[in-house]
Amino acid sequence: MIPELGHFALILSLFVALALGILSLAGGQTGRRDWMALARPATQALWLLTAFAYGCLTYAFYTNDFSVVYVVQHSNSNLPAMYRIAGVWGGHEGSLLLWHFMLTTWMVAVSLFSRQLPDAMVSRVLGVLGLVAVGFLLFMLVTSNPFLRLTEVPANGRDLNPLLQDPGLVFHPPMLYMGYVGLAIPFAFAIAALLNGRLDAAWARWSRPWATTAWIFLTLGIALGSWWAYYELGWGGWWFWDPVENASFLPWLVSAALIHSLAVTEKRGLFRNWTIVLAITAFSLSLLGTFLVRSGVLTSVHAFATDPRRGVFILIFLCAVVGGSLTLFAMRASKVRSSGSFALLSRETFLLLNNVLLTTAAASVLLGTLYPLLVDALNLGKLSVGPPYFNAVFVPIMVPVLLFMVVGTYARWKSDGLADLVRKLGGAALLSLVLGCSLPLLAGPWSALAALGLSLALWIVLTSLQQIYRQLRDTAHWKNTPWSFWGMHIAHIGIAVSVVGVTMVKGYETEKDVRMGVGDTVAVGGYTFKLTGIREAMGPNYRADVGDVELSRDGQLLRLLHPEKRTYFSSTMPMTEAAIDTGLTRDVYVSLGERLQDGDHPAWAMRVYYKPFVSWIWGGSLLMALGGALAALDRRYRKKRASATSGAPIKGVAA
Amino acid sequence: MKPRHKRAAIIAGGLAALSLAAFLVLNAFESNLVFFFSPSQVAAGEAPKNRTFRVGGMVKEGSVVRKDLTVSFIVTDTAQEMPVTYTGILPDLFREGKGVVAQGKLNNEGLFTASEVLAKHDENYMPPEAQHAVDEAQKTIKTLK
Repeated sequence: MIPELGHFALILSLFVALALGILSLAGGQTGRRDWMALARPATQALWLLTAFAYGCLTYAFYTNDFSVVYVVQHSNSNLPAMYRIAGVWGGHEGSLLLWHFMLTTWMVAVSLFSRQLPDAMVSRVLGVLGLVAVGFLLFMLVTSNPFLRLTEVPANGRDLNPLLQDPGLVFHPPMLYMGYVGLAIPFAFAIAALLNGRLDAAWARWSRPWATTAWIFLTLGIALGSWWAYYELGWGGWWFWDPVENASFLPWLVSAALIHSLAVTEKRGLFRNWTIVLAITAFSLSLLGTFLVRSGVLTSVHAFATDPRRGVFILIFLCAVVGGSLTLFAMRASKVRSSGSFALLSRETFLLLNNVLLTTAAASVLLGTLYPLLVDALNLGKLSVGPPYFNAVFVPIMVPVLLFMVVGTYARWKSDGLADLVRKLGGAALLSLVLGCSLPLLAGPWSALAALGLSLALWIVLTSLQQIYRQLRDTAHWKNTPWSFWGMHIAHIGIAVSVVGVTMVKGYETEKDVRMGVGDTVAVGGYTFKLTGIREAMGPNYRADVGDVELSRDGQLLRLLHPEKRTYFSSTMPMTEAAIDTGLTRDVYVSLGERLQDGDHPAWAMRVYYKPFVSWIWGGSLLMALGGALAALDRRYRKKRASATSGAPIKGVAA
Repeated sequence: MKPRHKRAAIIAGGLAALSLAAFLVLNAFESNLVFFFSPSQVAAGEAPKNRTFRVGGMVKEGSVVRKDLTVSFIVTDTAQEMPVTYTGILPDLFREGKGVVAQGKLNNEGLFTASEVLAKHDENYMPPEAQHAVDEAQKTIKTLK
């Protein structure tokens, strides 16, 4: 009964979404108040229905209702309750439902926090989002219904993929989806503005906090995914340039460009066309990501069972969204010409430069991701583009981005003098170069890449700190400094922290694959691992071989590590659980491979790692997200009925 | 600076950035494209010597031999077979009779030394390349009959 109610709620929500999409858009265009008035209540009804449907599926999981196909495929009565609840998004159908639920959640947020917007604008934005929701609901109902039932009910489910039985599953997908779907909001604002024909500073001001918030979720989602892969896949990598990782990284790059371009549009009324294109691109890339992940064209961790209809449906949907919005843009672009000018040396130039570089980076990653698919589709053979391609292209493009990032915050709007900039930044440049080139000597053999990475990171941190110092010196009271100022610098420092992590890991990690029997030792990075025994242990739905490994340094025992090799009952699939000793400046990592020899002297394959500063990669992401949050919560976005023109620029306000 | 000059400067800058990116992309493509060959194609001599490529199919039953960290096994697409060796830790889902994709080089004796054996994360999931290799081989067998 409950699954049918959920299914029914989904069908009902399709009609609500249709009504919302058509009536609110028409209302916004014709100015009919009664239709516009529908937008908010319809959005809230849509959310309630979706939440209900979502609740029904969760209930079916929680109560082990194995008459539902999706539950059979992704759950098991031995599965701990936490994973039965999170298991809802452990497969294709449920993750779509989660996706749709988040979309409606964002929509409700817009309907609640848009009191200061004109009704016509709100109704257009919600109308566009309603149409997006229609697309996803149709997709779900036609190709991927999570509520399908079985007539012959099996005694138990097939269990959740062991790889997903981890707290990472609880946090990573929801965060990432919030980010993906959140990009629908700036997209809807852009489309609404195009329909309206007015892209003014007020419009940019309204979109900014939404774009930033979506970017925060993306940042956290990607970082969580990377961290999860690092400790759960068992083999110590934190970024593989896997097509699905790229699919999440592409919208991140473009939305990072978008939030900076929106700043220029708000403050100076420039780059309007560019901002619109970025908003459309960012959301299209989210959809493309869905297509890549869900169509089964990829070989990946995330590619579950596949159904060609799904791929075709998303492809059509993607074409409709991209084609429709670009057509609209082409029709209206002439109306949204930017006015005003700026000198070659000005904040605008630096922001534009980094915008171009970020999109170029995104384009080259996109090319590497799609090229194998294209070649395959044209029957020209099968090939793959490996991590070396991405490293060779991405890193050189990012170097100038990091170089110019903070310079933009020093340069004045409109125009600035070169001498002035050099005077302000010269000291920091010299210091970061000297320190950056000498610090690698402390870590190990000097390398140019390590020196480059550390110099750039120091450059960002030093210039940011200097900027904060100047701000505090020049304002009467530190509380007068706007939150967005802090947000900007914390996020930039976060980037620097991540850069340090990446540089140090890439430059100085050590890895060893060894054969170990009980009593054997192996050393990496000054740490010694000693295998003292292997025993069997039982978990709720698996049995495991657990290694006892003593970690020591300079003869001093630090702690015991317990890497595991698990075998889950419901499948024969083994799972490697690495044991990691996490520290501020290094991780040491051990995982258990296969048993190489049985009998009285059993031996195992083991992998040990020493990874300097690896946790900085994710720590930096947290700082980025924190900075984003401060910027999105800035006081001026919370003002009631903001005037249509932006206020006088405050000194040192975030760009 | 006149607006016209400025626009020209911006366009020139954009073009320079684009061509730099294009250069990087082409350069990286040249050396980092990894082609896929099925055991049948390798047997027919289509695979390159001393260049990294991927091979895929099924791990032949009973073909896995371990000596410490070095594993050798046979990849088959049901028509042709190909010996592979790999030193290191295999992914959890490496099994006899299951699909596999290995990346590495062919030496002069025709032995494929893998630098990487690709991990798949679902026991029922068949890597598309491996599936493709088996399908193609089956097709050829059928047409020959």
